[in-house]
This record gives sequence, C-alpha cells and structure tokens, in this order.
Amino acid sequence: MSESLTIALSKGRIFKETVPLLARAGIEPVEDPERSRKLILDTNLPQMKLVIVRASDVPTYVEYGAADLGVAGKDVLLEHGGEGVYEPLDLRIARCRLMLAERPGLAPRPGRRRIATKYVQSARRYFAAKGEQVEIIKLYGSMELAPLVGLAEAIVDVVDTGNTLRANGLEPTEHIADISSRLIVNKAAMKTKSRAIKDFIAHMQAAVEDLKQSA
Amino acid sequence: MPVTDRWLLPDGIEDLLPLEANRLEHMRRKLFALYDSWGYELVIPPLIEYLESLLVGAGNDLDRCTFKLIDRSTGRLMGVRADITPQVARIDAHRVQKAGPGRYCYWGPVLLTQPRELGGSRSPIQAGAELYGHSGVESDLEILRLMLQSLSLAGIDDSYLDLGHVGVFRGLVRQGSITAELESDLFDALQRKARPEMQQLLAQVSDTAVADMLDSLIDLNGGSEILIDARLALKQASEEVQQALATLEAIGSALADEGVRLHIDLAELRGYGYHSGVVFAAYSQGHGLAVAQGGRYDGIGAAFGRARPATGYSMDLHTLILLKQGRTKKRKGIFVPAAEAARLGEIVAELRAQGERVICELPGQAGGAAECGCDRRLVGDENGWRIESIET
Repeated sequence: MSESLTIALSKGRIFKETVPLLARAGIEPVEDPERSRKLILDTNLPQMKLVIVRASDVPTYVEYGAADLGVAGKDVLLEHGGEGVYEPLDLRIARCRLMLAERPGLAPRPGRRRIATKYVQSARRYFAAKGEQVEIIKLYGSMELAPLVGLAEAIVDVVDTGNTLRANGLEPTEHIADISSRLIVNKAAMKTKSRAIKDFIAHMQAAVEDLKQSA
Repeated sequence: MPVTDRWLLPDGIEDLLPLEANRLEHMRRKLFALYDSWGYELVIPPLIEYLESLLVGAGNDLDRCTFKLIDRSTGRLMGVRADITPQVARIDAHRVQKAGPGRYCYWGPVLLTQPRELGGSRSPIQAGAELYGHSGVESDLEILRLMLQSLSLAGIDDSYLDLGHVGVFRGLVRQGSITAELESDLFDALQRKARPEMQQLLAQVSDTAVADMLDSLIDLNGGSEILIDARLALKQASEEVQQALATLEAIGSALADEGVRLHIDLAELRGYGYHSGVVFAAYSQGHGLAVAQGGRYDGIGAAFGRARPATGYSMDLHTLILLKQGRTKKRKGIFVPAAEAARLGEIVAELRAQGERVICELPGQAGGAAECGCDRRLVGDENGWRIESIET
C-alpha cells in the first residue's frame, strides 16, 4: 500500500466506532480529534491520512475526490442521493433506526399532516411510497420540539434508545429504515488507486467480520 | 437586482477570458487537425431543435438536463441541446445517408439545467467523435485510440481507461427473467456497489445462479486480470454475456499491448439506457470525475428511420484545459508605434501575411508594447525599417 489514501470521518460516534475497525486494519490515528483542533490527522502509516468533517459533508468530500474514502451513515447517504460514490461495505457501526414519531393521543388535524425532519428526501420518499401526501418541514435540529409547539404533527428522525423522544412525550410509531455506517469510496479513486483501495476494503471487511464474531 | 450585481452570472455559467479562451482555442485546433487526419468530418449541428429528436434513445437523465422552450410558430416543444451525440445520430441517419462507415467530429457549447457533478459547469464545451456503420471490436478500438490520443494531445498523459460492457448486466437480467422494476433497483445498487442493498434485492431473484453472478459483478473490477476471474465467476452465464466478455478481452489485450493503463469494471454501466455494448471513461489522477467518456450505442438512429451500429466519445474542452494548468506560453507579437503605423501600412500588412501577430498603437493610448503582449517593436527611420526585440 504505497499510494496515499485520505479517509473522511466525522467526529463523535462515527469516529469512536471506526477507530477500532481501523486499528484491526493496522491504522491508528496519532491524535484524537476531540482534543486536537487539527482537521487533517496523521496516522501511523505515512500514506494514510484522516480528514475530520461534518457528518453530512462526508459524501460531498468523497464525491469530489477531496477524500478517497469516507465513513458515512446510511441516513446521510439517503439524503445526499448517493449516486456519486460507491458504498461497498456496511461497517455495522453507529447503528440506529430512522423512524416516524408522534405524540400519542394527538387529535388529527384537518388537511395534510405536517412532518418535521432533517431527513427531507427520506421522509418524502417514505410517504410517497405509502401513498400519503404530507407537508415536509425542514428543520436542522431539535425535531422533538416541533409536535409540542404545534409546528408539526409528527417527526422523522434517527432513533437510538428512544429516550429523547420519550422525554418529550413522543412515541416512535413507524420504522422507516435501519441505519448503519457505510464505507464509501470515490469513483475515480476506485479506478486509479484500485490496488490500494481494494486492499483497504478487504482489511476493513475482515475487521467488521472479526468484531461481529467477538460480539 | 442592485446595479452592482449585474455582472453576476448564473451558477455554473461562465466566461472564458483571453488567456483561457486562447488556450482552449489552441487545443481545439490541434484536436480537430488530428480528427481530420483520421478522416473524421466536422459537423455543426444547431444549438436548438425539437425536443423529441434531442431525447432520442436517452433516459430521464438527459430529459431532466435539457432546457426547454416552446416554438411559437408551431407550438411544439424545443430543447437547447444538453448533448450533441443524438444530433449527430440524426445527421448520420437522415441527412448524410452514407453506405459505408460515417466518421464525424463536432464541438460546441451545450447547456445543462443542472451540472453533471457537484459544482460543475452548466455550459460545458463538448467535443467528440462518432463512428457509424461498423459493429466490430475494430471500430471500438479506433474510437478508443482516438480518445486516448486526444487526451495526450491535451497534455493529459496520466489517464486511466475504465472499461465495461452493458451486455454483461443486461444478459444476466434477461437470463434470470428479472422484471423491469427489479432491474432498475439492481442497476441503482450496482452503480453504488452497495452490497447490502444488492443482497436484499437478489433475494427476490429465483434463479440462484443468476443471483450469485449478479452479486459477483460488484467485485469484478480491477486490472485486465479481472477478466480471467470474470470468466470463472460467470461460467454459467448466457451466450450474450460470454460475447460481451470476449469483446472486452479483445479490446483489453489490444490496448494493454499499447501501454494503456486499463481498469475493467463490469458493474460500470454509464448511459445504460442507450448504450448497447462497450462503455468506457478516461480518468486523470487527482481529478474525481471522468474527463472523457463514451461507448457503443447501436440502433440509436432507428428513431430517425435508419438504425446503424455506432460508437463514440465526448469530453468537455474546458475541463481539459483546467486540468492541464501548464505553463502559458508567452505571447509573441510586433508592436508598431503610432507614427510608424501611419507610414508603414504595407509593411504591417506583409508581416501579418507572414503569420506574425502585429499590433498597431493607437494615438494617445495608455500602455505600450508590454501591455499589448508584444516581444518586438517595428522601428522606422531614415534607413528604412527594422524589427527590434524588446528587453523584458
């Protein structure tokens, strides 16, 4: 593996859960992004670099080729459209569910239901497939608030434990998709750095299998 | 819009200023001299025509990319071309009607409602070549060689050629009697090499041998050695698939002998809607997207009354000059001071006829020879005239 590879990662849960996989592939970041202000992190391998970007920006970096590889949640890929990158491997990390959540006992309002969400594309596709016409309200965070203040009747959001929902008097009612993080690959890099990328994917795949076995 | 913003152009629409425009024009001339030497004839199709003819054989993608307007005299829908290939197909099928092979080249601006890539141009300057009337490997090879030569002429020497064949996927879909709906979902998953989705979808395919073969396509990419794996993995595939592999082997071995850096990808199905055989794209290291692409599209002329085998490629000239940020050659030219210009008109005309770039000073103008990009000066005195070089 002599060709240089850049991997785009987001801070937080994805980074924490990707590090053990990378370690099994023999790659260790020399710095912790939570403590460093640096956005480009070196690893123990000179040809391997990590770039730290916002989760929703990972597909953009990879599609442009600013990073050869990336780790992105399926929720982010569904929103991005995802035709511009390859997503060959399910890393089985940062797992959660994309769900519809409502306030139990809320009297239905005449007219179209209003759905508040950060996941506009996924919500639109889901309701179109169900045959229900809804108004989608795009929010950037704190979706749980929307039904409480009368901004929307329901929300579409990723749910891990469901504690935040319940604390705000909401119940998850419909399951839309299972979410986990994918390894994504720039299309041109897959062709021009074929050997290095395929090796990397194989190492990561072995690491995922390993963790599955030991879990 | 405030007056101060009037200079703003729409997203993805841009000017080429003298330096860039000059480089593009210089490259374009070299390219089209090359095409002429290969017997490719220049055609200049119109910027706008009826929508149906522009969208022949193309998928939704081209429809979405095409700007539309209504022809007031007929009430019909017209489109501003987003691709020149269908226009050349129309020309070959209906206007030229050659019995033998038809070789065409073209260049011109196209317009896209949305860029093909994030942050890309909506007004690329498309150039390409098409070869009509032959269906064998030889015509694919001719087109591929011409494309690769075009790129090296444009100064891109590190290109990788990515090669695929739509017949592999299409043949497997036919063999497994897969419905159109499932085919489109499989196609989508395959374009993303998304194994988890692929496996979910393949559970719906009753023929497990076909399902396994479709699944193997995700991994069948790499150097030309991948074709050996492909023969093994696709042993049970239909004749159509074997044919496609044979075509790839023939093209692959011919190009490998010529030192082309080859990457084979059996899941690469660009233009699946209208391509019918080999599909290919050239990549340059460090550029995330293809710099030139094309493939075989037999039968596209059927809509114009004459189906002929066809193969070709296209590229964006602007992308090419941006990639090749080489040294800009210093401009040469002869500066003629206003006094001399008034007296030595004949000399000026003669120098220009010899191919020199000659710029006459206008009386009272700001700036001199350097500002006009000249490296020499015409000097006239009692001894006649001479050309002096200017120290810079």
